[in-house]
Amino acid sequence: METIKLTIDNKAVEVPKGTTVLKAAKQAGIHIPTLCYMNMEHLGIENKPGGCRVCVCEVQGRKTLVPACVTECTEGMDVKTHSLRVLNSRRTVVELLLSDHPKDCLTCLKSGRCELQALANMMGIREIHCEATAAMSTYRKDASPALIRDMDKCVMCRSCETVCNDVQTVGALSAVNRGFMAVVAPAFEQELTDSPCTFCGQCVAVCPTGALTEVDHTPKVIRALADPAKTVVVQTAPAVRAALGEEFGYPAGTSVTGKMAAALRALGFDKVFDTDFAADLTIMEEGTELLDRISRHLQGDKSVRLPILTSCCPAWVNFFECNYPDMLDVPSTARSPQQMFGSVAKTYLAKKMGIKREDMVVVSIMPCLAKKYECQREEFSVDGNPDVDYALSTRELAQLIKMANIDFRSLPDEDFDHPMGESTGAGVIFGVTGGVIEAATRTAYEVFTGKKLEKVDFTELRGLEGIRTATVDFNGTPIHIGIAHTLGNARKLLDGIKKGMYNFHAIEIMACPGGCIGGAGQPLHRGNSSFIKARMEAIYKEDAGKPIRKSHENPEIIALYEDFLGKPLSEKSHHLLHTHYFGHPKK
Amino acid sequence: MYKMQLLVCGGTGCRASASAQIVENLNASLKAHGLEEDAQVVTTGCFGFCEKGPIVKVIPDNTFYTQVKPEDAEEIIAEHVLKGRKVTRLLYENPKTQEHVADSKHMGFYQKQIRIALRNCGFINPENIDEYIARDGYSALAQVLADLTPQQAIDMVKQSGLRGRGGAGFPTGLKWEIASKNSADQKYVVCNADEGDPGAFMDRSILEGDPNSIIEAMAICGYCIGASKGLVYIRAEYPLAIKRLQIAIEQARECGLLGENILGSKFSFDMELRYGAGAFVCGEETALIHSMEGSRGEPTFKPPFPAQSGYLGKPTNVNNVETYANIPVIFLKGPEWFSSIGTEKSKGTKVFALAGKINNVGLIEVPMGITLREIIYEIGGGIKGGKKFKAVQTGGPSGGCLTQKHLDTPIDFDSLVAAGSMMGSGGMIVMDEDDCMVGIAKFYLEFIVEESCGKCTPCRVGNKRMLELLEKICNGKGNMGDLEQLRNLALVIKDTALCGLGQTSPNPVLSTLDNFYDEYLAHVQDKVCPAGQCRALRHYFINPDVCTGCTLCARNCPVQAITGEKRQPHTINQEICIHCGVCYQKCKFNAITVQ
Repeated sequence: METIKLTIDNKAVEVPKGTTVLKAAKQAGIHIPTLCYMNMEHLGIENKPGGCRVCVCEVQGRKTLVPACVTECTEGMDVKTHSLRVLNSRRTVVELLLSDHPKDCLTCLKSGRCELQALANMMGIREIHCEATAAMSTYRKDASPALIRDMDKCVMCRSCETVCNDVQTVGALSAVNRGFMAVVAPAFEQELTDSPCTFCGQCVAVCPTGALTEVDHTPKVIRALADPAKTVVVQTAPAVRAALGEEFGYPAGTSVTGKMAAALRALGFDKVFDTDFAADLTIMEEGTELLDRISRHLQGDKSVRLPILTSCCPAWVNFFECNYPDMLDVPSTARSPQQMFGSVAKTYLAKKMGIKREDMVVVSIMPCLAKKYECQREEFSVDGNPDVDYALSTRELAQLIKMANIDFRSLPDEDFDHPMGESTGAGVIFGVTGGVIEAATRTAYEVFTGKKLEKVDFTELRGLEGIRTATVDFNGTPIHIGIAHTLGNARKLLDGIKKGMYNFHAIEIMACPGGCIGGAGQPLHRGNSSFIKARMEAIYKEDAGKPIRKSHENPEIIALYEDFLGKPLSEKSHHLLHTHYFGHPKK
Repeated sequence: MYKMQLLVCGGTGCRASASAQIVENLNASLKAHGLEEDAQVVTTGCFGFCEKGPIVKVIPDNTFYTQVKPEDAEEIIAEHVLKGRKVTRLLYENPKTQEHVADSKHMGFYQKQIRIALRNCGFINPENIDEYIARDGYSALAQVLADLTPQQAIDMVKQSGLRGRGGAGFPTGLKWEIASKNSADQKYVVCNADEGDPGAFMDRSILEGDPNSIIEAMAICGYCIGASKGLVYIRAEYPLAIKRLQIAIEQARECGLLGENILGSKFSFDMELRYGAGAFVCGEETALIHSMEGSRGEPTFKPPFPAQSGYLGKPTNVNNVETYANIPVIFLKGPEWFSSIGTEKSKGTKVFALAGKINNVGLIEVPMGITLREIIYEIGGGIKGGKKFKAVQTGGPSGGCLTQKHLDTPIDFDSLVAAGSMMGSGGMIVMDEDDCMVGIAKFYLEFIVEESCGKCTPCRVGNKRMLELLEKICNGKGNMGDLEQLRNLALVIKDTALCGLGQTSPNPVLSTLDNFYDEYLAHVQDKVCPAGQCRALRHYFINPDVCTGCTLCARNCPVQAITGEKRQPHTINQEICIHCGVCYQKCKFNAITVQ
């Protein structure tokens, strides 16, 4: 490989041709501050508009300073990353950004995690020179059911735009307006609810400032907890336990299931349940639907739509409703685990506990921001009373725990309550890409073949590649499976199917990179993917440690069918656990 | 053969003054006098002398009629064409001697000009390709295709010393050579016709007056770099240029000068137009390319240069209209001839749009190396109203202000940069003693703030902050710290902005700070605008010796700042006064003074 020799701050560096100054400096142990630059290595996508000009450096012989993030190293280059000229320019640039930024840091949701704040602190900026006359660029606030856009805080780093367009291919966000009023927004500065936004929230996950945040449900939850007339039950999604610990100083990949249950109980939730239980329930319904379609297909029924698509991911549901209105009968009609849980809790459980539906509040803890939208969809409510009242993100739960003065690290491990707290390893792996289809395969195989599964782990379905395909042998019948994570990969897969390129029986799609573990409600990552693998390992470890690893063997699920639902795809199931889709996103 | 031709300017300016009606009336009069066989009326491109438009020029005697009205047509035909007597009252009048000048050859406006890029403007009908061909049009292309290899042709452009006329002055031949050496299945030739500088209209005039020269040059370029496709990025506000270019492309296709196997060679080339919505930043080549691709018109970091990865990721050569207009002449007259004009490092001519406080406003083409003094006092006919020259702004919003001390500097790419300005695309705005230089800097910054794409922080926020500081200074609220801050911001923006436009945007501020610092000081320290332009710094006083106490001023003052008894001298309360100047306008006794 051709290499380039250069010096950075008098250090000799040798890098492969094509390396940027920023990366060469990193290799030499020199940290050049950045703001707009974002490297999503796991997705092979870099956001480097070269716009913020925070990373400017001095290169001998060049007339102007150069941005390290987009300048390629050349032979003999002599780079200075902290000369007086560089420091003055960098400081002035950050000051300019601050001069057009609200000063409500004390109450900003991103306080302490804001990259602009960190930069200002690093530069030691104690005064903004032109502040007295500085006008601010202000915009209408946009609050959707899940995401909030406060573009007064936008620094035009374009990370959200890159994620929305290049990763998710949703196309809801792009730069609009000129000059001082330039900002990232939906076309024609529409509100998000009128745009193709799926509420996947990946824009929030990468926003360096408080410009993009989630709708905060914590005050409502606190009020419900304080209301003696209400029975507040909580469900926790599989991916939450693999990431919550990060907010309390645990390394990524530390599973904190027991402490999480203890913390929720300490917060005053009346019942602490597990969404993993509902995930097992989803497998029963979706798996049966899959088998039904495959069996009919094999019998030559031409009306069967294959492949069946998973429908657990609310952003994915929004995406296909908006982009593939002609394929609405293809996805499984099974509701997501969150919604199955809510609907079973407010019927089966409420009856069992002897309380009225209206007196029960269902809260979910989700790695996801689209769940906030999903629980507000009209079809998931009865007479205006939603099946799931509030969806908190992993970050919001951490906030609640901190707010309530609970010393998370010293909590004992506690178990979930019953009867909706028992789950199998199959329910746990819903949290990673490929997990839902693996869980479904475990059950479908045994039901279809009538044989006991020798090896529960379908490693061929695992991994982090954007699009994966595998064929599972169902006792002589090959079942073709496709898996995609990120909506961009979902689009590729779906367009391929429409063109007849693939011949799948079943496809799993998750909107977020890595699946729910990379969800937008998880501890913020700004494109850094190093944690994804660790969280994934934590999930598979949790699965491996479960005594039961197949959904249909979950005793509480078996009891639920015996006592209440009858059998999968029964009339009651259809009523409580299935849904239908809308050609135009119902927002 | 006609004995006489009447050339009527059909440029945008003269058309706005009813030149189309003049053509119609001239034709009607010819017919009425039965002279249709003797004389022909031709609608041409711009003559450049827009100050005195509409222009009608009669050849072969070069009679130059100015400010012609449609009703003058009959007299021109009856007197000049029929009887051979010039219509004296319509001839150009020398402002110094008040004498009528019989023909264009003796007009100061034209005497120092050398017209290469504008060679056909005002001579031919731009909507008729035959007229272009009759003036050696397309023979350069024919010569290149028949006799030269692409490299030989590139070498000729290199020998000519031609540098890009769009602003930065990059050597054209070198640019072509780079594009030619990057191999790809498809390459593109792009013409940047996104003329955006305030007051500049040289590209529009060339496209309106001689569209075929651009087509010919782009085809030559296509042959040189190995491109079969040309694109003209033109702003939609240039409807006449678009129309004439479309006609020219159509006619060139019919003549086999565009399309497959041009002139029987193996070379194929065709072109199409792309419309811009009129964003200044789209004149920057990477932004232009993004705009053509349908993306947001904003620049990206170079490298990669368009010659490496341009339109649709393919090697692309982008040149400005005026640059292309020079190309055919280089082949026809030879690179030696071309390089004999101009200075050591800047060859040929440059077209300027001369505007501002000058007698002869218009479009001029002058050899490189001419001095500002020659342009302003000889071609431009001096400052309007006999006022004192103060500064000249060159290069548009990216350029700077030059002063008295620069009047004898030979104008070329490098000397302008050395003097703190730049060639730019060729705007040249002359200012006199009544212009406030702080206000001028503010004007250009307002333009930049309006036109910034908003991609990079220094240009998006920095220019806005500079503008706010200038507003503060013009409002008499500035302090010395603001001047320091202004300079720091200007230098940082110059050093850190993403594209060429952003990097040059502080030039009007920096050059006025350098050359007119005392005016800034007057605004900041003395709270006075020496030119009397900054309203907030104008103070009105009533001279008690002159005031008759008529009360007219007091009755018209919108804020009741003027008090006094009838028939007694009035006074203005400075604390209430908003400096609107109504009292000054209303006073019939010149009792009100401005300081």
